[in-house]
Amino acid sequence: MSAGPTIEAPGAQGVPGNPSRAGGPAPAPTGPTGGPAVRGRLPGHLPYRWRDGLVAAAFLLPNLVLLAVFTYRPLADNIRLSFTSWNISSPTATWIGWDNYVEWFTSAGSRTVVWNTVVFTGAAVVGSIVLGLALALLLDQKLVGRDAVRSLVFAPFVLAGAAVGVAFQFVFDPTFGLVQDLLRRVGAEPPAFYQDPSWALFMVTVTYVWKNLGYTFVIYLAALQGRRRDLDEAAEIDAASTWTAFRRVTWPQLRPATFFLLITVLLNSFQVFDVIHTMTRGGPLGDGTTTMVYQVYQETFVNLRAGYGATVATIMFLALLLITAVQVLVMRRGEER
Amino acid sequence: MTTTSWRTARSAAPAGAPHERRTPVRALGGYLAMLLVVVVVALPLYWILVSALKERPDIYTVPVTWVPDPVVLENFSAVGSGVAFTDFLRNSVIITVVLTVVQVVLGVLSAFALAFLRFPGRTAVLLFVIAALMVPNQITMISNYALVAGLGWRNTYAGIIVPLAGVAFGTFLLRNHFVSLPREILEAAEMDAAGPLRTLWRVVLPMSWPTVVAFTLITVVNEWNQYLWPLLMADDESVAPLPVGLTQLQDAEGLTNWGPVMAGTVLTMTPILVVFVALQRHMIKGLTTGAVKG
Repeated sequence: MSAGPTIEAPGAQGVPGNPSRAGGPAPAPTGPTGGPAVRGRLPGHLPYRWRDGLVAAAFLLPNLVLLAVFTYRPLADNIRLSFTSWNISSPTATWIGWDNYVEWFTSAGSRTVVWNTVVFTGAAVVGSIVLGLALALLLDQKLVGRDAVRSLVFAPFVLAGAAVGVAFQFVFDPTFGLVQDLLRRVGAEPPAFYQDPSWALFMVTVTYVWKNLGYTFVIYLAALQGRRRDLDEAAEIDAASTWTAFRRVTWPQLRPATFFLLITVLLNSFQVFDVIHTMTRGGPLGDGTTTMVYQVYQETFVNLRAGYGATVATIMFLALLLITAVQVLVMRRGEER
Repeated sequence: MTTTSWRTARSAAPAGAPHERRTPVRALGGYLAMLLVVVVVALPLYWILVSALKERPDIYTVPVTWVPDPVVLENFSAVGSGVAFTDFLRNSVIITVVLTVVQVVLGVLSAFALAFLRFPGRTAVLLFVIAALMVPNQITMISNYALVAGLGWRNTYAGIIVPLAGVAFGTFLLRNHFVSLPREILEAAEMDAAGPLRTLWRVVLPMSWPTVVAFTLITVVNEWNQYLWPLLMADDESVAPLPVGLTQLQDAEGLTNWGPVMAGTVLTMTPILVVFVALQRHMIKGLTTGAVKG
């Protein structure tokens, strides 16, 4: 693959780039001019340069305008709005300085929301990474019918989160649902998924992990298939135990995939709206499953406090930036060792 | 290069990896684990489907029944009478097709310019595109809502489509693929003085179809499943897509009339599952590209 001079995008850890290299000491080859960004053609050979500029403008401008107007403009505007009191249907927003921030940082409700966000995101990240890896290891083995099972595991990932949320409301229905039936068959009393905030949070987390497991699974499976078989054979000749072989030989080779998943799954699960909205509307008890993203929606479009919603959105964005930066730093450390 | 399709993997995976050593006990354990996986993943899907096919009294039984008796289609016809389901379906198709075409065209053109054309500020433009990936929709939605509502675009296709049309991920994915293409061929095309569109169409795209297809499929799935933004933009069946229609169906049917709601869920999930079953390998390639190299 990438034999040509490529730019390893800084700050692009949220996408299938290559996180290990993106954050690493960048051993990537550079173009003939030495600059990493210039994909040199023949040195000193500059035909059609003026034309290149015009063509590039024509090719890029529509996309750049869209990104500027609908991504960067609202990002900046959101910060301005976070200092206002504003009903979203009214034309005027009133400047109130830091009041929204003071309110958010001092309100008891925020603690619940942050806790919900941390629990949901943490459980989703750990759950889908551990289970995705286990599934990949299982279905990397030679088992009859594994291709069909691989497809099955991946299938929920393509379903709409809203449809999965609606369907799983019935799956978790306390009287006629699937889960209560299975629990009663083994003699357990089903918990109050829709009344108890902790169980409600558990329910939406399980639903989200069920839907997204296919993603971590395919990434790990691809990583396993790309590993060095000769090392496996060496481990076998050394008669290493299965666990030792996994820990010493396989796991280190999965590190880039793991870092990639840590960042992407965290960013994605931090932003989950559809499953929560369809299953619980952020409840029970008002904020039982309200995460920060859901609070942004709730304050802005239900309580019509768009200024306060913008404040929560801004805090959330800064938190995401901070978390991503920390992850990249930790990742670099890990590579330098 | 990473092997990403299910089937090529089989031939490329010789027995002998440490966790692949086969003993009868281990094989049995593997099959039991696989059975458990099948149950956990497939049972909810099966449950949704059979509930959609059950008669009303058959749904509300304790303990539950696993096979509908009799199999009826009344829930599916109830979906159509409860809400304008065909309208939601039409809207989903329109929104998905337009967004996919626009995003693929814009992504290919942007990636081509960033990979092959010389112009001042190219690195800055690339950073501008990539950094957009770090901005979640939830942070832009408040201001975008105000802007689009101010334009009078609520309850229009444009209001749903235009704000979602910018391409950051696809530009990044395609550009990374383009710069990996062999330079000699492109230089030959340049020597021939082929224009940029011609180079793109005749030289670059023929070498890039798998990546373009992968990006197209990921886009189809993403746009088909869009929920939050259409929910804010559309009040009724005039422009709202299926996932929004599904929640309106649930509101219309009442929270516990599960038969029609499950039928609606089946109708929402089926088209994308058909696409998935037909084309999963291409899609997986797009998801795993670049994620797993050591």
